[in-house]
Amino acid sequence: MAPVRDRRTGFSRRRQYGVFLGYVLAVAGAVVGAALLVASAFDPPLFAGLRMTAAATTAPVSTLLANATRSVADVPGAVGDWFAVHARNRQLAEQLRHQHQLLTRARGLSYENRRLRALLDLRERAAQPVVAARLVSSTAASGRRFALLNAGRFSGVAVGMPVRGPVGLIGRVVETGPNAARILLLVDPESIVPVRRTRDGVPAIAAGRGDGSIDIRSVYTTNVRFGAGDLFVTSGTGGLYPPGVPVARVLRGGRDTVQARPFAVPDTLDFALVERPFMPMPAEPGR
Amino acid sequence: MSADDRNPFSPPLPPEQARAIPWITVMLASALTVLPVIAEVPLLPPPGLLMLLAWRLLARFALRPWAAAPLGFWDDLLSGQPLGSAVLLWSLCFLAIELLETRMVYRDFWQEWLVAAVAIALCLLAGRLIALPRAIPDWPLLAAQIATSVLAFPVAVRAAAWIDRKRGPLA
Repeated sequence: MAPVRDRRTGFSRRRQYGVFLGYVLAVAGAVVGAALLVASAFDPPLFAGLRMTAAATTAPVSTLLANATRSVADVPGAVGDWFAVHARNRQLAEQLRHQHQLLTRARGLSYENRRLRALLDLRERAAQPVVAARLVSSTAASGRRFALLNAGRFSGVAVGMPVRGPVGLIGRVVETGPNAARILLLVDPESIVPVRRTRDGVPAIAAGRGDGSIDIRSVYTTNVRFGAGDLFVTSGTGGLYPPGVPVARVLRGGRDTVQARPFAVPDTLDFALVERPFMPMPAEPGR
Repeated sequence: MSADDRNPFSPPLPPEQARAIPWITVMLASALTVLPVIAEVPLLPPPGLLMLLAWRLLARFALRPWAAAPLGFWDDLLSGQPLGSAVLLWSLCFLAIELLETRMVYRDFWQEWLVAAVAIALCLLAGRLIALPRAIPDWPLLAAQIATSVLAFPVAVRAAAWIDRKRGPLA
C-alpha cells in the first residue's frame, strides 16, 4: 500500500485543534479505563447495576435464540424416536423387570431410614426452590466463567442463591437484574464449594480451574489419597449450598489436590433450579 | 478506496450514518456473547476487539482515536470482564497503532495482520491477568484462544472491508 499523506492537517487551525483534541481524548479514555478498573478491583459489585441493565436487554434476546436452537435441536431426536420406538419399548420393559427388585429393596430401606430418623429426632431442612429458569448465554471470550440466567429479581432471585441443574450443582448467583441474573459457574477460578466424598465423608474443597474442570483439594493437612472415580457432593458447610448435591467426579487419582469433572454440564437445553441459601443469610452488621 | 460496489448513481450516505456504521458493527460484534452457548472454556475470539482492530487498520478514519474507550465500555458491559478492562486495553491499542503508523510508511496486509496479532495477544493476556489476578493463567488454553483469535482476524477484516465498500465514500 502506498504511503498515506492524509495525516497532515494543513493550515486550518480548526482541523489542527480537532486532531489534537482527538488524541487528548484518546489518552483520557485510557486513563478513565484505568480508573474504572481500579474501582471495580476494589469494589467488584460497584458496576453490577450497569452490567445487569445491559443483561436485562440481552437476556430476552438470548432466550429467544436459545428457544429457536432448542426446537431445531429437538428435530433429529424426534425423528430417531419415531423409528426406534419398538426397540426402545422392549429395552425399557426389560429394564423395568430388572429394577423391580431394586425398587422393593429401596422401599424397605426408605422405610427403615424414616423410622431411624424419627428415632433420632432429626430435623431436616428441605431445599426451597425459588424459580426454575434456563441459562441462556455465557461469557465465552473472557477468562471468567459467568452464565446468564433468564430470571431475576422479579422472580425472587437474590445474590448468593445456589443454582443446581438436574444432575448436579451449577453455581451461585452473583448479580441480579430485573429479569436476568449472573451465575458464577463451578468451573470459574474464583468459585469455591465445600464438598465431601460420598464414600466416607472426607471433607474437601472444590475450586474451579477455568478450563472446564475442578480442583478437589483436601482440607486435612495429612496427605489424603483420592482415587479416580471418587464422587463428591456438597457438604453444606458454610450454609450456602444444601448438602448432598452432586458436584464432581475425580478424573485421575492422586494426593491432596486432584482434577475432577463436574457432573452438571451447564447448557441452554436444561433447566437450572435456583434455591434459597441452605441457612438464612445473617443480617449485615450496621443495618 | 474502491467504491466500485456501490451504485455510482445512488446518493452518498449522509456523513452521520456513514460514521455510525463502524460503531454499530463493533458494538454488534461485542454483542455476540448473547448467542445461547454456555462455554465452559474461554476459546471464543473477542469479536469486538477483532472488529475494532480491523476497522482501525483497514480504514483509519472510520473510527476516531477516542472511539476505543466508549466502544470498550460497551464491550465490558457484555463480556464479563471487570468494567474498565476493555476501555483501557482498547484505548492503549489505538494509541500504540497510532505510534506505529508514524514509523511504518508502507504497509500491506501481512504487516497489519502481524500488528493485529500482537495487539490481540497482549489484550487477551492482559485481560486474563486483570480478570483473574490471583490465578495462574492456563497457558495452553490462553495460547489456543490467541491462536483462534489471530486466525479469525482476516475474517473480521473481510467483513469490515465489505461493509466499507458498501457504505461508499464519505459525503
